[in-house]
Amino acid sequence: MDKRRLIYLDNNSTTPVDPRAVDAMLPYFYEKPGNAASRSHPFGWVAEEAVDYAREQVANLLDADPKEIIFTSGATESDNLGIKGVFEMYASKGNHIITTRTEHKAVLDTCQKIEKLGGQVTYLEVGNDGLIDLVALEAAITDKTILVCIMWANNETGVIQPMKAIGDICAKKGVLFMSDATQAVGKIPVNPRETGVHIMAFTSHKMYGPKGVGALYVSRKNPRVKVTAQMDGGGHERGMRSGTLNVPGIVGFGKAAEIAKAQMAEDAIRLSALRDKLEAGLCKLEETYVNGNKGSRMPHVTNISFKHVEGEGLMMTFNQHIAVSSGSACTSASLEPSYVLVAMGLGDDLAHSSIRFSLGRFTTDEEVEFAIEAVSKGVNHMRDLSPIWEMYKEGIDLNSVIWSAH
Amino acid sequence: MAYSEKVLDHFQNPKNVGTLDKSKKSVGTGLVGAPECGDVMRLQIEVDEVSGLITDAKFKTFGCGSAIASSSLATEWLKGKSIDEALSIDNMDIVEELALPPVKIHCSVLAEDAIKSAIADYKQKNGVETSAEVSVHS
Repeated sequence: MDKRRLIYLDNNSTTPVDPRAVDAMLPYFYEKPGNAASRSHPFGWVAEEAVDYAREQVANLLDADPKEIIFTSGATESDNLGIKGVFEMYASKGNHIITTRTEHKAVLDTCQKIEKLGGQVTYLEVGNDGLIDLVALEAAITDKTILVCIMWANNETGVIQPMKAIGDICAKKGVLFMSDATQAVGKIPVNPRETGVHIMAFTSHKMYGPKGVGALYVSRKNPRVKVTAQMDGGGHERGMRSGTLNVPGIVGFGKAAEIAKAQMAEDAIRLSALRDKLEAGLCKLEETYVNGNKGSRMPHVTNISFKHVEGEGLMMTFNQHIAVSSGSACTSASLEPSYVLVAMGLGDDLAHSSIRFSLGRFTTDEEVEFAIEAVSKGVNHMRDLSPIWEMYKEGIDLNSVIWSAH
Repeated sequence: MAYSEKVLDHFQNPKNVGTLDKSKKSVGTGLVGAPECGDVMRLQIEVDEVSGLITDAKFKTFGCGSAIASSSLATEWLKGKSIDEALSIDNMDIVEELALPPVKIHCSVLAEDAIKSAIADYKQKNGVETSAEVSVHS
């Protein structure tokens, strides 16, 4: 294959937009430029119709009622609206929220804000496999608990939480269940009602739609949930999210949802085979570990630690050709390695050595083969450069070495 | 983050990768950093007994591109220098030469520590009085 081509294996960061979604959007930039809130002329009516249709497409993907879909600017806004909106709306019932240590920052930072506002937050631990302990969840629920917020699938490892079991516990205890389903929607079947999820955040750009548009699912019956608006203004989206709707974005989101519904099963089968091939190819290297529960995982994701190789350095060996992400500290401004992997009990050394590969609808078999070759070559090169690999090969117990932490 | 040309060059063509015989009296070894911090550098120098000059320098580094480039550059600079000249290498010289961004300055600090640690090891082996104080950043 053409080695100058850049191979994209970072689909958990964002996905390319499906050309069919782009085609659907284009008229709403040009000949149909109306504001969906303009009630007095055909430009507005056409835009409103397009938004209504997209709302149905998105709702269909989730087997939800279109009225349960609130359009936002993306999953971060949806997470904020869901958590802060419940905290305000249900303040008379309690002030306690339960979440996990491995949530996305959009949830964790919002929860920190809730704590500053006087709320109580419990952060559940996860096991080595990335899954929460259901007994610990149930034990954490008090009479002050108003919300359990647990992500559907993790962005770094792809690990899928036992959603139905969590939903059952929340139903039994009578607390609201919210999920950040950003990484799951459009890729695996997600049905909030059947699962017992009352509020759910997700976004278009992780499912082959455009960036800048997302949604919050808010259950309308059994129970009827309300969230306090966090954006004040014209009262759009049934008063829950003011702001002129991003009509072309919403149209693209809708089309992406329709395509996902039709293609999800086929994509998942193809991608899990490719992912397994990638994983098997890379795990031929010595001292290579897959992070997260392999039995409950997104079909397109693998997170691998290559021991005694630093993730960012490793990426530099192939990032002219292959785009991936690392849990290495060096890729973050904080110099801390991935908090998700550390919460799973990985040593900081293995967390620094991790690479996340996330495949997508447009990933080919040829690309996976090239990636196996290029990444293996990179790992071997970096190990040749690594003093700790040399020490490991000489049989030195690295735990017995007194390191000068810096 | 994009890397500077010089970092990329040292990363793609690292100079002086390897291992010197640490049991030799003429070889000083410095091992700094920690795996859990994401950086470990091992830097070695070989000193000519007669001239007192560093005749060879080798490194191996576990770390990001900037850490590898910093140690590669350090070994290049060390060759041909006297011990005292080597001790005067400052981490900011490395920062400047490689155009390291602020978030990567610790890589240069680690390289300076590795140089000082290798020299201290050599001096200790050879019973040389330490004139300059060896300060290891923490």
